Amino acid sequence: MHLAVILVNLLFITKERNCMSEILLSDLKIGEQGIIHHFNDQNIALKLMEMGCLPGEEVTLERFAPMGDPIAIVVAGYSLSLRKSEASSVVLEQF
Amino acid sequence: MGLFSTQGQDAGFRVAMAGNPNSGKSTLFNLLTGLRQKTGNFPGVTVDLHVGYSRLANGKKIEIIDLPGTYSLFPKSIDEQVTAAVLCNEQHPNYPQLTLVVADSSNLKRSLYLCTQLIDIGMPVILVLNMIDVAQRKTIQIDVNKLSNSLGLTVVSVNSKDGTGLEELKKQIQISSFKSSLPLLQMNEISEHDWTGLQNVLKSNTAFDAFVQYINHNLFFKTNIDSQIKAFFSGKALNPIQLQTSESVSRFKLISEITSNSVSYKNREINPLTKQLDNIFTHKIWGFAIFLLVLFSIFQFIFTFSAWPMEWIENSFSWFSEIVGNALPKGILNDIITKGILAGLSGVVVFIPQIAFLFAFIAVLEDSGYMARVSFIMDKMMRKFGLNGKSIIPLISGAACAVPAIMGARTISNTKERLITILVTPLMSCSARLPVYTLLIALVVPSKNLWGIINLQGLILMALYLIGFIAAIGAAFVLQYIIKSKEQSYFIMELPIYRLPQGKQVAMVIYDKVKVFLFEAGKIIVAISIILWLMASFAPGESMLAIEKKYELTKDQYTEKERNNKIAAEKLEASYAGIAGKAIEPLIAPLGFDWKIGISLVTSFAAREVFVGTMATIYSVGDEADERSIRLKMKEEVNPYTLQPVYSTAVCFSLMLFYAFAMQCMSTIAVVYRETGGFKWPLIQFVFMAALAYLSSFGVYQLLK
Repeated sequence: MHLAVILVNLLFITKERNCMSEILLSDLKIGEQGIIHHFNDQNIALKLMEMGCLPGEEVTLERFAPMGDPIAIVVAGYSLSLRKSEASSVVLEQF
Repeated sequence: MGLFSTQGQDAGFRVAMAGNPNSGKSTLFNLLTGLRQKTGNFPGVTVDLHVGYSRLANGKKIEIIDLPGTYSLFPKSIDEQVTAAVLCNEQHPNYPQLTLVVADSSNLKRSLYLCTQLIDIGMPVILVLNMIDVAQRKTIQIDVNKLSNSLGLTVVSVNSKDGTGLEELKKQIQISSFKSSLPLLQMNEISEHDWTGLQNVLKSNTAFDAFVQYINHNLFFKTNIDSQIKAFFSGKALNPIQLQTSESVSRFKLISEITSNSVSYKNREINPLTKQLDNIFTHKIWGFAIFLLVLFSIFQFIFTFSAWPMEWIENSFSWFSEIVGNALPKGILNDIITKGILAGLSGVVVFIPQIAFLFAFIAVLEDSGYMARVSFIMDKMMRKFGLNGKSIIPLISGAACAVPAIMGARTISNTKERLITILVTPLMSCSARLPVYTLLIALVVPSKNLWGIINLQGLILMALYLIGFIAAIGAAFVLQYIIKSKEQSYFIMELPIYRLPQGKQVAMVIYDKVKVFLFEAGKIIVAISIILWLMASFAPGESMLAIEKKYELTKDQYTEKERNNKIAAEKLEASYAGIAGKAIEPLIAPLGFDWKIGISLVTSFAAREVFVGTMATIYSVGDEADERSIRLKMKEEVNPYTLQPVYSTAVCFSLMLFYAFAMQCMSTIAVVYRETGGFKWPLIQFVFMAALAYLSSFGVYQLLK
């Protein structure tokens, strides 16, 4: 393997380890934040994106419904509610 | 469609209003059109079409259509499909010359997504910035001139609360050239494919227009488009979902660039009052407690305060019917008008107070933002029954009348959840059952107080409402396993900030819903009333004449009133309705019902409350009878074989359950037919409700007998 490739790989891995970690939107605790990285469900992604939940947007978990589901998040300056199952398809990065 | 006239100085044009849900679009529509509006249907689909008219300063009359709220031109629910179908197809009968995109200023970027999509399909657009006060409170500053320059189109800021900016908006509509502005998003940002080729084939306005036609081609709208697109793309593998994803990402990037010099954000916190209210309204305990309290107050209010206007309406009708009856010569025409048409009309109009009150509450709850929270706290519970948090609104409305409630299920985007909601909503005890319940409860339940405070009759009444609710969610639970669907269920919804509802807006909702009820349901109820009156007034052969002759001979035995009532009762027995009642007697005997109740079941098909009127005729207490005299007659009724009272506790409870569960409502069947687009589901619904009614009545009668 070329030295360069190994270097790049190493860099990438250390960057991941030290600066960011991935977390599912459904795993956030109240008040926690993250930045949308990608979606695991394309149809839910389309619905969320047209409502302003795009990769790169910051989201904050605002509250849980009384029975723990659905959840309410703050994104792009407004409150959005979605089910936990839907939130589990949203992958966030946290710093 | 001929919805607007093109004669003389009235030569007008059509303007559409589009925007995100909660953008204040409908408020603005009401401000622009006032009462000069009507509700119809979009051709082919059952979503309400709101059309209004407004006059510009130069005297021109314009037609304005209010389209269902949407976030994009790629629809995710039936409501949204309508908006896309109108705006993306210049052959559509409602296609506008100009579209006003109403934007919630505090969510400007999200609103611009729809706005720039419309610009890019070549639609002439005016951007209307609404709720700028909310935005400023959130410390969002918008430079209208700069925004207008970057977008290349007219931008007007209005306040739909007090009407500021309305004249300016009208002026801008008047001077609009109806020319589309230049497309903003370059197609090569979305995909490397050459969309101008498809644009030429489809003769679309722009390349993006062709793109939208492609994405939506299996939903749409234009004839032959499917085959044209298939032919064009033969052999090329395109992924529509990927294309849409890439469109969203590039478009939002573009919007950020466009707004970078005209919109500034200082603080993106959620409104603190909204946050505090949410802490209460979605609280584990207080959230549910407040919801129950709200429901309780609504029912108390509706039943307490609609009683006197209902009585007033009924009295006015009987007064009017008497005048008409005396003015016209006696005969069939007189009877058709007074006992058919006027009686039917009275049966419709009498529900207006209840419907008006219910929709006033629903409008207040919806406009204030509370309804979204109810869906939020109820979703998990409702999901267990195959429903959606949004199903709670139709279910609650079903307690007034299933007809508008079923129409309210349109906001549910998932087909299966919407269908289940439609199918179970008629099990909720509607206001038409109330007169039946009241009569039967008074017959067998003593008017006593439990522990001094709880009225026993009221308790039974509440139990009947509860049984309806349990039956509805129980049926939903079963149906979720029967109805198959591959479609995903969504609960992605904005929780809008709390706002004070406006009286004018609430009044418009009431006006609109009452009008729909009067003309949609009213038509059917009046028509069926006339048919049922014919059935109850005519008999095969000469039997009616024979009855009259018989009483001619016994003239001296009774007073005239007694005699007339007896004739009416015998005539009803001999009539087609009586024949029908006797024909179904063997079927309903196991439920404890005789042929007289059978007649009521037949006539109740027009509307359940007809039961009371039919009982009045059967027991020949005359037309002007009050509920008390009917009740006394029913109480005295004795079975000729067993010498037991006919209306025993067992029979009355059996009858109440029958009315709670059976689909005895033409209007509901008609509305389900309309909403599901065929006879399949209303038929299934009719059968399962009949089965439920029959089995539970059978059970309770055999148990209590």
